[in-house]
Amino acid sequence: MAEIVNLRDAVASLIHDGDVVALEGFTHLIPFAAAHEVIRQKRRDLTLVRMTPDLIYDQLIGAGCARRLIFSWGGNPGVGSLHRFRDAVEHDWPRPLEVEEHSHADMANAYVAGAANLPFAVFRGYAGSDLPRYNDRIRPVSCPFTGEVLTAVPSLRPDVTVIHAQRADRKGNVLIRGILGVQKEAVLAARRALVTVEEIVDDLKADPNACLLPHWVVSAVCVAPRGAHPSYAYGYYERDNRFYQAWDTIARTRESFQTWLDENVLKEQAA
Amino acid sequence: MTRLTTEIAYTTTEMMTVAAARRLMDRAVCFVGIGLPSTAANLARLTHAPAIVLIYESGPIGAKPGVLPLSIGDGELADTADTVVSTAEIFRYWLQGERIDVGFLGAAQVDRFGNINTTVIGPYEHPVVRLPGAGGAPEIAGLAKEVLIVLEQSKRTFVAKVDFITSAGYLNGGEDRARLKLPGKGPVAIITDLCIMEPEPVSNEFVVTNLHAGITRARVEEATGWKIRFAEGMKETPEPTDRELSVLRDLHQRTAVAHGRAD
Repeated sequence: MAEIVNLRDAVASLIHDGDVVALEGFTHLIPFAAAHEVIRQKRRDLTLVRMTPDLIYDQLIGAGCARRLIFSWGGNPGVGSLHRFRDAVEHDWPRPLEVEEHSHADMANAYVAGAANLPFAVFRGYAGSDLPRYNDRIRPVSCPFTGEVLTAVPSLRPDVTVIHAQRADRKGNVLIRGILGVQKEAVLAARRALVTVEEIVDDLKADPNACLLPHWVVSAVCVAPRGAHPSYAYGYYERDNRFYQAWDTIARTRESFQTWLDENVLKEQAA
Repeated sequence: MTRLTTEIAYTTTEMMTVAAARRLMDRAVCFVGIGLPSTAANLARLTHAPAIVLIYESGPIGAKPGVLPLSIGDGELADTADTVVSTAEIFRYWLQGERIDVGFLGAAQVDRFGNINTTVIGPYEHPVVRLPGAGGAPEIAGLAKEVLIVLEQSKRTFVAKVDFITSAGYLNGGEDRARLKLPGKGPVAIITDLCIMEPEPVSNEFVVTNLHAGITRARVEEATGWKIRFAEGMKETPEPTDRELSVLRDLHQRTAVAHGRAD
């Protein structure tokens, strides 16, 4: 059964140095509050997994939390580059970042395989692409029945998956509405799951086919209002597009990034 | 043939968006990327293709956004979709399941055989410029029945050979792609702010088939990193009509107002 605890205690007990951590949320419901707690607790050597490492991983990478990144699209959507990510890849700052690169179809399939407790995923992918030449975890596999050559990748099995959702009930059952991304698959593929929510309610009033994660697959539920800001929470608040644009300037230099981090993430520690 | 009915001046970007929108048939099932592809697909939906089905990789199927999404997973897409499925389902059942007629892609670099690079400029291990990466494009390029590529044309973006093939066009040309026996036939057009290019039969090298009104051959040559050729029987792209321009501008206007209001 999921414990309803505060975010500081949940991060302290569930996320450790060196862990493979997936913070998922496809544009929607990105768990920024949890990521900021990871930064405040100075986690190091994390392997960060995420299909779209946007601002949230720019912040974790710039803060020095990551050793390795597994991803399929790294940009600031509609704005441009992730400057902290690029600084790490191009100049090893603040530390070198190993990069393991896939496509969206690949990672989505790898989470599904992880959730299904399979060692690898099989799909039709990368035809003619150079990516398999630079990533030896993307390999050909033959169909045992027809001999057709398909693509295989290892399952994604994070130590911890972190997501944000709109609501949980008092038992810790979690309801996700709107754009679902790969959150359900990423939670079920992981050994531990931390879920932040906008609010706890008595009754989720979920439809029979709603995307609901039962409390017994979730390790901890934490209340974090506006915990997905500057991304959005369908039914609660809209995407802060201005912040995504402002991030381009904030993250452009090491100094302005550090100032932002000090004032907006690290200072809360004292509070 | 130039349409002289319009007295509204238009930009080359508007011409590009309109030319791209016109390539989408009504009722087509279209896998849409954010930015220019999404703008063009929605322009098509609001003009000649009201029954077009727009699928976004974040999960919305049959999205009919009233304002353009700034991100691939905007709430507007969920609100206006026929259904919203998981991202895994989009790639497994809908793209891999060969339900997509047209994949609509942008690019950082494209080459003369329609190969797309969105990964790195320079060597992979020591990139000069690290680009965002693959996203959904490699599988869209292989599995959508056909692909349209839309991007602004310059010597920097139109190169003889891409530094990295993220998503396959016709590879080294000729029969190279056919050997892979892919379900998708590959890029059928590259639509730019200057012209439309299509693959030449047999060689599969992209040649100019339509010059946009007012654009010279010399201007296209200057903006292309290989010795671009012009198809026999090359036509002029009809200028945007009043209706196309007014619908496009209304869409941008509504989008600016809506996103300006977002907190």
